[in-house]
Amino acid sequence: MNQDADSAAVRAWGLTKRFGGHTAVAGIDLHLARGEMLALLGPNGAGKTTTVEICEGFLRPDEGQVRVLGLDPTTQGTRLRPRIGVMPQGGGAYPGVRAEEMLRLVAACCAEPLDPAWLLEVLGLDGVRTVPYKRLSGGQQQRLSLACALVGRPELVFLDEPTAGMDAHARNLVWELMSALRADGVGVLLTTHLMDEAETLADRVVIVDHGRVLARGSPEELTSGDEHRRELHFRSRPKLDLEPLLTALPEGCSAREVRPGQYLVRGHIDPQTVSTVTAWCAQHGVMADELRLGRRSLEDVFLELTGRELRA
Amino acid sequence: MTRQESSGGAYEGIADEADKAPHGSLFPQGTFRPAPGRANPLRMLATQTRMESLLTLRHPEQALLTLLIPLVLLIGMSTLEVGLVEPPRVDSVAPRILALAVMSTGFTGQAIALGFDRRYGVIKRLSATALPRWVLIAGRVLAALLVVALQTVVLGGTALVLGWQPSGTGVAAAVPILVLGTLVFGAGGVLVGGALRAETVLAVANTTWFVLLLAGGLAVPARHLPGVMNSLDEYLPSGALAEALAACLSEGTAPSARSLLVLVSWGVAAGALALRTTRLS
Repeated sequence: MNQDADSAAVRAWGLTKRFGGHTAVAGIDLHLARGEMLALLGPNGAGKTTTVEICEGFLRPDEGQVRVLGLDPTTQGTRLRPRIGVMPQGGGAYPGVRAEEMLRLVAACCAEPLDPAWLLEVLGLDGVRTVPYKRLSGGQQQRLSLACALVGRPELVFLDEPTAGMDAHARNLVWELMSALRADGVGVLLTTHLMDEAETLADRVVIVDHGRVLARGSPEELTSGDEHRRELHFRSRPKLDLEPLLTALPEGCSAREVRPGQYLVRGHIDPQTVSTVTAWCAQHGVMADELRLGRRSLEDVFLELTGRELRA
Repeated sequence: MTRQESSGGAYEGIADEADKAPHGSLFPQGTFRPAPGRANPLRMLATQTRMESLLTLRHPEQALLTLLIPLVLLIGMSTLEVGLVEPPRVDSVAPRILALAVMSTGFTGQAIALGFDRRYGVIKRLSATALPRWVLIAGRVLAALLVVALQTVVLGGTALVLGWQPSGTGVAAAVPILVLGTLVFGAGGVLVGGALRAETVLAVANTTWFVLLLAGGLAVPARHLPGVMNSLDEYLPSGALAEALAACLSEGTAPSARSLLVLVSWGVAAGALALRTTRLS
């Protein structure tokens, strides 16, 4: 296409994909520099998987163009595939294949694979290496799928909901691993509906819903509120009486319990406001936990943009 | 309560920090340094063929379908005096059982395996690797041929023990017929296994197998079948394969042009249709 497309890991212009009468992706632009991590964030059904599958060459866009490592994934897939690692949503393996056999099979396609035994060990699959794929738990299938995506030492990986179905321990491990990938210069295109996953890991976040991009930027750019509408978040016991607090707060401030035990104060936030909030907490004999100023979370941004919360 | 919660939260935070040190050392700098590339295609093909054959042989239902049922029918039809086959019975039974073995592996086995492989996403998984498409397909074809070769050795060996005396030149002529049969039935297997839901594949593949077994005259010679069915077998792929194999092995003659034409037509039709309907997942 042009110089930029050649040097970028992923460049997409106006991707559109329709399935029958349903438009899954409606004009998405993407730019992922090499070695960067980009998170496509959105609820289920937002068009994340369709977008990624277009980039992987599994789907042909109805409109728009995409270049991955400077190549067209649908017509130059044979040249592209050895250079990328793909973790499809929900994994993928022969039902009867043993975990280790599957990883070794994928490794056998690669010129300089990582050591499969080591990968199984670090991903906590050591104990199930001879268990058939169909009998692995959902989280184990996910980790095996991740191992298959990484074993060929790709330049760029596509991870579609990589931590779905994983427990907290496994998720931490995978986050650690994704950070290591990024540190080693591997580009990562990640889809997730987990705010903290996008916020903690990604260099850039693209928020999508109904097949459209709603916002894009670094997590900092997306979450920094403007000066005049700052926010104060804290966590405490659920269902505290907010009336005394609202009376004590200066004019123009609002306070509400956004979720049980999660409180949000909006308006002119200065040291006096903070002191008012903590004094109110003291009256109730509770702590204001995780007191946080100024920054909205990606969750707030999403709520503001779409008027709804991310579905799990 | 709240104080406990909050202090618990604080400890969790500390534990998380402490966990990071050992995790950090799990992935030293450079662990994932990119070094992409494709392995030697012939080595990929060998690995893929080995894997596909192993998965078939290790699968209990596949073993039942490909070896046990043909073996039981071979021994039963050759030794029991049911009056349907004139002696020496094994000479006429063996070619039909070999045709059944080819159909079991090529059609039913392939269809069911492909149906469930798609369900479990392996075709998509492997398509996303450096594995070229032709290796993926060739691996499956070679694995099916390997399994047919194994079946031929086991069933042929058993038939010899039962007194089978195949024509010497016919054995050599039968090899390409077995290969052709595997490809023809394989095309049918891909057609059924590549387009339908796994459960539907299971039902369709097994029913079709049974119909082709009976109507093709593989268990009981077609001339003993009722009504129109006693001449239908010549136009079915199972009947045509059995006829071609019988011509080589029992009579030592070349297979009839019609039997080959019927086989090839079924194969081309199934293959052409499969090209349009087969999906990865």
